[in-house]
Amino acid sequence: MDLFNTLVLLLDSTVRLSVPLLFAALAGLYSERSGVFDIGLEGKMLAGAFAAGAAAAVSGSAWVGLMAAVLVSVFMALVHGFASITHRGNQIVSGVAINFIAAGSTIILGQAWFSQGGRTPLVGAAGRFGAIHLPFADALSGVPVLGPLYSQLLSGHSLLVYLAFLLVPFTWWVLFRTRFGLRLRAVGENPAAVDTAGISVQWLRYRAVICTGVLTGLAGTYLALAQNAGFVKDMTAGRGFIALAALIFAKWRPVPVMFACLLFGFLDAFSIRIQGTPLPLIGRVPVQFMQALPYILTVVLLAGFIGRAIPPRAGGVPYVKER
Amino acid sequence: MAEAAIELKGISKNFGSVRANRDIDLKIAPGTIHGIIGENGAGKSTLMSILYGFYQADRGEIFVNGERAVIHASNDAIARGIGMVHQHFMLVHNFTVLENVILGAEGEPLLKTSIAKARSELERLERDYGLEVDPDAVIEDLPVGLQQRVEILKALFRGADILILDEPTGVLTPAEAEHLFRILRQLKDEGKTIVLITHKLREIMAVTDNVSVMRQGALVATRKTEETTVEELAELMVGRRVLLRVEKGDAHPGDFVLSVKNLTVEDMRGVKMVDDVSLDVRAGEIVGIAGVAGNGQTELLETITGMRKAVSGTVTLDGAPVELTGEADPTDLRRRGMAHVPEDRHNMGLVLPFEENENAILGYHWQDKYVNGPFLDIEAIRRDAQEKIEKYDIRPTDARLKTANFSGGNQQKIVLAREMEQDPKVLIVGQPTRGVDVGAIEFIHKRLIDMRDQGKAVLLVSVELDEIRSLSDRILVMFAGRIVGERGPDATEGELGLLMAGVEEKEAAE
Ligand SMILES: Nc1ncnc2c1ncn2[C@@H]1O[C@H](COP(=O)(O)OP(=O)(O)OP(=O)(O)O)[C@@H](O)[C@H]1O
Ligand SMILES: [Mg+2]
Repeated sequence: MDLFNTLVLLLDSTVRLSVPLLFAALAGLYSERSGVFDIGLEGKMLAGAFAAGAAAAVSGSAWVGLMAAVLVSVFMALVHGFASITHRGNQIVSGVAINFIAAGSTIILGQAWFSQGGRTPLVGAAGRFGAIHLPFADALSGVPVLGPLYSQLLSGHSLLVYLAFLLVPFTWWVLFRTRFGLRLRAVGENPAAVDTAGISVQWLRYRAVICTGVLTGLAGTYLALAQNAGFVKDMTAGRGFIALAALIFAKWRPVPVMFACLLFGFLDAFSIRIQGTPLPLIGRVPVQFMQALPYILTVVLLAGFIGRAIPPRAGGVPYVKER
Repeated sequence: MAEAAIELKGISKNFGSVRANRDIDLKIAPGTIHGIIGENGAGKSTLMSILYGFYQADRGEIFVNGERAVIHASNDAIARGIGMVHQHFMLVHNFTVLENVILGAEGEPLLKTSIAKARSELERLERDYGLEVDPDAVIEDLPVGLQQRVEILKALFRGADILILDEPTGVLTPAEAEHLFRILRQLKDEGKTIVLITHKLREIMAVTDNVSVMRQGALVATRKTEETTVEELAELMVGRRVLLRVEKGDAHPGDFVLSVKNLTVEDMRGVKMVDDVSLDVRAGEIVGIAGVAGNGQTELLETITGMRKAVSGTVTLDGAPVELTGEADPTDLRRRGMAHVPEDRHNMGLVLPFEENENAILGYHWQDKYVNGPFLDIEAIRRDAQEKIEKYDIRPTDARLKTANFSGGNQQKIVLAREMEQDPKVLIVGQPTRGVDVGAIEFIHKRLIDMRDQGKAVLLVSVELDEIRSLSDRILVMFAGRIVGERGPDATEGELGLLMAGVEEKEAAE
C-alpha cells in the first residue's frame, strides 16, 4: 500500500509538472503547424510568468495576472510574427532574440519595480490559482485504490491544470474539424496552395501566432501563480525547450503531445523523487543526468523507435513569391 | 461583337531586373479556347498568374466581361469566376482530395457540413466531366495525372467560368492528354472560356480557336488557329525558322558500352518496378525507351545510375561491373564515364538556390580543373560556366544568377550542358525536353545526335513518342516494368502505342 501511495504521489506531481510543458507545447503546435517555427516559447513563457507575477502582486488578483501574462506574451508573439511573417526574417534568429529579451528584461524590470533581486513579491491566496476540490473528493478518499486516485490525482488541482488538459481535445477539434484548422495545417505545408485558394497567408499565420501567445501566457501564469506564489528569475528553466522536444516527439499532433508532456513531466517528478536516494543496482544518479533525460530520450527515440518526425513542410521558410 | 471575357491592357511586370511582361494587350473571346505559346521564360506563366491575382502587375488594367477588375489577390479573381491550374500544382501533399478541393471554399466555420456538401458536388462534377478521383485519396499517393484532375476540380468547384491551364499536358500521357482535351471541349460547349498554355504546337492546332505568341516578355502575335500553321507559330515564337524534326544520318554502332542483364528492382513496398530487364547500348547509338510514365523507366534509370538498389541482375559499364546492391556510388560512375541527366531536374539535377555556375559543376566539382588545392577555383568555375552558357544559349547569360531564377527550359539546358560537356562514354537522359520550348527542343535534339556521332552511347527515356521516334536508332518499349518489344526507328506511332498500352507482341504484329 505504501508503494501505491508513492505511486499516486508521483503521478500527482507528474500531472503538475507536465502542465506548463503542455501549455507551451500546444502553443508551439499552433505556430509550427502554420509554418512559423518558434524556439521563443521559453522566452514568451518567462515574460508571461513575470507579467503574471507582477500584475498579481500589484492588483492582488490572479485573473488580472493572467490577463497581463496573456497580453505580454501575445505581444511578444506578434513581434516574432512581425519579424518572420511580415519581414520574412529568419525564424530561429527571431526566436532566440525573444528568449534573450525575456531573460534580460524580466530581471531588470523585476529589480527596478520590486527590488527583490528579480523576484516579484509573494502573492496571497486571491492572487493565485488555488486547488479546486472536485465534489466528494474527501468522502471518497477512503475507498481503496479508486479513492486516492480520485481525490489526489484527479481532484485538488488548480483551474489551469484542468484547462490545460481540456485544451488537448479542443486543439485536436480545432485542427481537424474546423475551417481555421484546415487552413492552418495547409499553410504550414504549402502556403502557395493557400494563397491561390484565395486566403491570405499572412493573416492566417498571424492568427496562429496569436494562439501561441495566448497559450504561452497561460503557461507562464501557471508557473508564477499556480505552481508558485510569484515570479522568480529564470523560473521557466528550459521548459520551453522541453516543450519543443515534446512537440517534435509527438510529431506535431495534439494527443501525442499530451503523452509526451506527461512522459517528460514524469521524468521530472521521478528525478525530484529519487534525488539523493541511490537506486538499486545503479547507485546514485546525478541530477544533471535526469534533467538531460528528456532531450536524450527525444533524440534516441526519434533516431530509432518512433520513425522520422517530419515537420510541416513549409516550416521555417518565409513565404516569398517573387524571388 | 460580344464583350471580351478577358481583356488585358498594358500589363507590365518586372522581377528585379527581369522584364517578365512588357506592355501586354490581350483580348480573349468568351466561349473559346485561347492558346498561349512562347519560349521558356517568355512570361506566359507570369501573365496568367497576374490575371489570377497571384502576382501583382506593375502597370496595366484587367477587364473581365467588360468590367474593370481590380485583382489584388486570388480571391478577387476567384470571385470573378477565374480559375487556374498552375504549372506547378498548388496542392497540399498530405491532404485528401476533398480537403484540397474545399480549402478556401469551405463556406462554414465547421468542416462537417461543408465536407458533406462538397462530397456530393464533387460527385456531380466527376460524373459530368469524367473527372474521376477518389475523394478520400491522399494527394501524394496519386499519380500526377490525377493530381491535375484535382486541380481542375478545384477550379470547377469554385464555379470558374474562365479556366486557365498552365502547361497541363507536360505531365500527361498521350491518352490522358486526349481525355483532358475532351473535357476542355465540353467546357467550351457549355460556354466557358479556356486559356491554354502549352509548348506542344500540335495541341494548339488540335484544340484552340485562337492563339497568342509571346516572346521575351512581349506579346508578338495573335492568330486564328485555322489560319495559321505549326511552322508559322514556331517561327513567331523563336524569331527564326525552326526544324521541328531533327535531321540525322545513319548510326555507326561500335562496341557495347552499357549492358544491363536480368535487372530486377523493387520499390519500398516490395512491388517489382523493373522486372527482368536486359538491354545493351553500343557506342555511337541512341537507344530510346518508350513507355507511359510510371512503367518502371524512372526506376530503371535510377538503378543504372547508382541511385537505387537492385534486387538482382547486373549492369556492366565499359566491361566492368557496376555495384548494384551495396553502396552504389554515383561519383564513381561519373569518374568511369557515365553522365546522367535525371528526369526530375528540380529534385535531382539542380540545387535551385545555388548560383548557375555552381550547378554547372555539381557532381564534377572534384575535377582538377575546378580545384585549387583544397579550395574551389572560383575563377575557373565561373569561366567554365560562362562558356557553357554561350555554347548552350542559356538565358539570361549571367552565371552568377540564382538557378531558381532561370525558366524551366533554361534550367534543363544547365543540366544538359554540365553532363554533356564532360565527354562521357555513356549518357543517360531522362525526359530531356519536358516543359521545354520548341527552339530549345531543336537544340537539345541536335546536341544528342552530335553526342551519338561522336561515338557516345546514349540511353534515352522519354514519354514523348515523337521524341523517341526522331532520335532513337533502336526503340525499346517498357510496360509494367518489362521490356515488351524492340523496334527500329521507322516504327509507326500506332505500333508503339499498342506496345505501350501492354498489348501483347503477337497481337500487335497482327
Ligand atoms: N517569382 C519569380 N521571381 C523572380 N523571377 C521570376 C519569377 N517567376 C518568373 N520569373 C522570371 O520571369 C521570366 C518569365 O517567367 P515565366 O515563368 O512567366 O515564363 P514562362 O513563359 O511561363 O516559361 P516556361 O515555359 O518555362 O514555363 C523568367 O525569366 C523567369 O525567370
Ligand atoms: Mg511557365
